[in-house]
Amino acid sequence: MAILTADKVSVSFGDKVILRDLSLAIEQGEIVSILGPNGSGKSTFLKALSRNLKIQTGSILLDGRNIQGFSAKEMACHLATLHQASRAPGDLTVRDLIEYGRFPYQHWWKGNEKEDRLVVEWALEQTSLSELASRRVNTLSGGEQQRAWIAMALAQKPRILLLDEPTTYLDLCHQLEIMELITQLNKEQGISIVMVLHDMNHAARYSDRVAVLCKGSLYDSGTPVDTITPTMLREVFGVEADIWLDNKGRPVCLAQSLTASTSACKQQSED
Amino acid sequence: MINKVKQVFDKSGSVNRTMWRILVLLIFAVIALSGIVVGLAKGAVNVPAATIVQAILTNGAGVQEQIIWNIRLPRIIVGALVGLNLALAGAILQAVMKNPLADPHIIGISSGAGLAGIIVLVLFPTMEYLLTPVAFVGAMAAAALIYLLAWKGGIRPIRIVLAGVAVSAFLGSGISALMVLYSDRVHGALMWMVGGLTARSWPHVYIILPYSICGSLFAFWGAKRLNVLSLGDEVARGLGLKVEFTRLLMTAVAALLAASAVSVVGLLGFVGLIVPHAARLLVGADYRFLLPASALLGMGVVTLSDTLARTMFSPIEIPVGILMAFVGAPFFLFLLRRES
Repeated sequence: MAILTADKVSVSFGDKVILRDLSLAIEQGEIVSILGPNGSGKSTFLKALSRNLKIQTGSILLDGRNIQGFSAKEMACHLATLHQASRAPGDLTVRDLIEYGRFPYQHWWKGNEKEDRLVVEWALEQTSLSELASRRVNTLSGGEQQRAWIAMALAQKPRILLLDEPTTYLDLCHQLEIMELITQLNKEQGISIVMVLHDMNHAARYSDRVAVLCKGSLYDSGTPVDTITPTMLREVFGVEADIWLDNKGRPVCLAQSLTASTSACKQQSED
Repeated sequence: MINKVKQVFDKSGSVNRTMWRILVLLIFAVIALSGIVVGLAKGAVNVPAATIVQAILTNGAGVQEQIIWNIRLPRIIVGALVGLNLALAGAILQAVMKNPLADPHIIGISSGAGLAGIIVLVLFPTMEYLLTPVAFVGAMAAAALIYLLAWKGGIRPIRIVLAGVAVSAFLGSGISALMVLYSDRVHGALMWMVGGLTARSWPHVYIILPYSICGSLFAFWGAKRLNVLSLGDEVARGLGLKVEFTRLLMTAVAALLAASAVSVVGLLGFVGLIVPHAARLLVGADYRFLLPASALLGMGVVTLSDTLARTMFSPIEIPVGILMAFVGAPFFLFLLRRES
């Protein structure tokens, strides 16, 4: 059974429709990447999934249960989100930050302190941050900060992890480091992953499935090799691209030029 | 110097960081206690220490004992509670509004209490005994008005800040108009506008005390939530915090704390802004430590300042508000330059 299902979800701000009848099911243990041009509604969709945004019509089901029926803390024990460009306040250390991930399990002043400590240590190990535990978050490099935020999400012990452009602002090496970390969490911990990505090649290499959004609707979804095609790149992104398959049969794409006539999806994003 | 000591503590891990924070809390507690002791000992009449102790324990009938029991002690308690309330309110609002410049002014407490107080003092001087309750109602009404104006399918800190500026300016025009129209009667009002503890006694203690107790309990209960809130709305929501509810509740707590303080002593500024900042500099941004640190430092700062204000030009007392602004504003600039 699907762990997270969006069923005909629509979101609009005033007159502007951001998501239109979007349906997508995420299976247990899957890595799904969401692709689409700027303004196609990717981040909005992620916000709707994490209940950071009210949806007008349709429903989102977690384990077959409408997420509106979950309490805030209950929801946080199932699903964690890594937001774009989060900033840690002042003198917060890595360990402090990760401890906040235990908030949904705590009531009043007390929680299960022993378990909290074990989970925090586990999250530090998973993200290779044990050595940096007492460093201040805002003195770390971009890649390390991103790992610290992922560790906080891990401390929530979620079954689903949503990530909004986890590699933006990072250099090549740190981008790979984050993508490898995400894969490792998926394979070893069985956490289902939904992430918004801009990089086609990362999506192709690391996802089981990609979903392409265009003007707030689902353009296509399926395995990377079926979905990331010259036709899709032309129609959705307005880009002429060459696509090869690497030695593991995954698509590799190189954009060559802009499509002569702007695509329908691009027009939407620019107005 | 402070930073060097702090670094030593910081470097050797999180256990020592907790020790450092507790040390700072202890120092602040000593400051608060010495503020109370010095305030009891110093004044226009010299009272020997033994008599002070005796007065507090037995509530004796002698003149000196009466000075201690009915003048100095209640005044110091009011001062300490006002400092505690304003500092806690400021610390809470800085987290809730995500604005380091947030203080009780920002939610209209001062302008609301100011206008209501001026109306009583200038238009109905015979009903001065109503000053405190009317000022309290004015403060809460202004805070509620700002919240209503800023509400638009939810509450955003920046809209509260902007609505606060607009409402404060609007109410401020009323204050100015009354002061101009009734310029012959402004003397008493003026003392109240700068904030002072002159002639504050037991009735005032009973007015503010329940708010101090309830407000502190709520504030400390909310410490962890304020920590989570300071990570940003989206992250806080992702961690299972009811962001809107927390913001509404904690703003209300801050409003009650500040309104009860302002209605008793007048528009005492700077405590709510500077004390939490100074405390944050020393204990850090963790509200489980920052709230008690602000509370203790607020008590110490107001009681010490008041003692200074009433003895400095003895026998003339200057309102403590003037002294606090005089010392507070440069200190604030000093903090500002150090941080950047």
